[in-house]
Amino acid sequence: MSDIILETRGLSKRYGGVHALEDANFILRKGEHVAVVGDNGAGKSTFVRQVTAVEQRSAGHVFFDGQEVDFAGPLEAREAGIETVFQTLALADDLDVPSNLFLGRELYKFRMGPFSILDRKAMRDRTLEALKTTAVKIPNVDNPIRNMSGGQRQCVSIARTAAFASKLVIMDEPTAALGVQETAQVENIIRGLKERDIPMILISHNLRQVFDLVDRIVVFRRGRIVASLNKDETDGNDIVSYITGVKGGEPANA
Amino acid sequence: MSTTTHGLGGLKYDPSKKARAPEWNVFFALVGIILIFELVGRIFMGDSFLFNTRDTVDTLFNHQRLQIIILQVSITGIIALGVTQVIISGGIDLSSGSIVGATAMIAMSFAQVAMVNGNPNPKAIFAAQGWVDLPVLVPVAVGLACGAVAGFINGALVAYTRIPPFIATLGMMVTARGIAKWWSKGNPISFPTDSYATIGKGMMPVIIFVSLAVLFHLILTYTRYGKHCYGIGSNEQAMRMSGINVEKMKVLIYVIAGLLSALAAVVLSSKNLTAQAGMGVMYELDAIAMAVIGGISLQGGRGSIIGTVLGALIFGVIISGFTFLKLDAYYQEMVKGVIIVAAVVLDQWRQKGRARG
Repeated sequence: MSDIILETRGLSKRYGGVHALEDANFILRKGEHVAVVGDNGAGKSTFVRQVTAVEQRSAGHVFFDGQEVDFAGPLEAREAGIETVFQTLALADDLDVPSNLFLGRELYKFRMGPFSILDRKAMRDRTLEALKTTAVKIPNVDNPIRNMSGGQRQCVSIARTAAFASKLVIMDEPTAALGVQETAQVENIIRGLKERDIPMILISHNLRQVFDLVDRIVVFRRGRIVASLNKDETDGNDIVSYITGVKGGEPANA
Repeated sequence: MSTTTHGLGGLKYDPSKKARAPEWNVFFALVGIILIFELVGRIFMGDSFLFNTRDTVDTLFNHQRLQIIILQVSITGIIALGVTQVIISGGIDLSSGSIVGATAMIAMSFAQVAMVNGNPNPKAIFAAQGWVDLPVLVPVAVGLACGAVAGFINGALVAYTRIPPFIATLGMMVTARGIAKWWSKGNPISFPTDSYATIGKGMMPVIIFVSLAVLFHLILTYTRYGKHCYGIGSNEQAMRMSGINVEKMKVLIYVIAGLLSALAAVVLSSKNLTAQAGMGVMYELDAIAMAVIGGISLQGGRGSIIGTVLGALIFGVIISGFTFLKLDAYYQEMVKGVIIVAAVVLDQWRQKGRARG
């Protein structure tokens, strides 16, 4: 067994004539936290959508946990152990926190097909536990999340990912819409993942956050990976020059 | 949520500020409407709406009136239970009334007796085939099967062709009414067996309605089916991303709605001892109105069976109240219309108030 958890070779995605992602060679090692940065339209989200099979890639190979994979959809990717926080929240507003956390993987007292009886107490207990380990504070988990702030909802979404994280976590701009304290809370969850040795890909525009949280930074520009830099060997100015194209005219391997 | 403070230091939560369950508002409306009838009755009629005023019986309440209030909404109430879960999941079912018509005709034709007053049953549909005096199980099973098939078609159209539920069930509404008329070329079907006639006898519709209401309240509250109904009505995309087979769920939801409409048809035709092609006209709208008055949001995701039952009771009280005040049925319908709109307007205000507060 190698220590590589995720590898892509020649991953490409075309929308009609537009090359949104070209020949992306990317490697993520076990326990490693990598940030994916780049300007808008550089191909970051496209890259994630191919890995999680939200879209089907145009070309290339994806290797996950030692073998080549070809997920039919995001569900298969999740079952294989890739948990993703999408830019658009995948939460049901009228359900309470435990129901959202366990959406699609409910716990049961008694199984009877669709009429299986839910084990609400166990789900509630495990929710409180998950919120505790991720240090997410929600005033009342029994309220529908409709009435919660954007930050609290994002925290629920991230707590769900963190609670069920097994092999790989991908977060697509998890703090884009959050306030200062809420952002701090999300960053704490990410640090918790690092302590638990769970690898992560973080897409972010926030370089301060990136330098704070990850081991390595991969820069996308115009659908290509142009740099892969260890945090200790680079700085903000360096990253910005790769993002804007001052440096790194040639595609690199990550 | 003005009492909460955000941040890492822990969030304060004031349980006393928790929003009151919306069902309470419906309950207060019910009590209010009863009080109005009671007051108007005392002042203008010199009689009580709710309490017993006859010397011949020794009870506090007017039992007869209470029974009628719930009996007259039981059959549409059964339909409303199915419609409630459809609306909670973000859909709508316009076909229930027509399913009642078609199912009543088909089920009744399997429930007929061979001989009436010593002569062969003149109305027997399947006399030639000898399908008369069948055990009660046959017409009930045939009826439920009709409802299940109609519901399956509704659900499959909504889930797999992605046409709006309004259109899919509108099509079923027209088609099923056509089937109801075609089945016996427009003739009523009568003379059911004694065992079939007991299904809707006396207070049986009430017993069936109440037990189903309890059952569906439990299903919507405690099972995966219920949770996913609310989830689909709330955010279908999220359910899909969470790996839930939304299409399969939708088919099941409409099949259950169809089954409940069919059961209502069996009870209704048994109660009336006859089936007619025009049975159940407008029932779908009454059922939807009961749900809406009971606080079920047409946007999906919100509401409960308790709300629908209270909505049904409001309907029953209004019908009984107008009869009690000896007012024409015309006024009844006018007031019903006003109440439907008022219920939704009030609910919207309440929602807005809560979002701000």
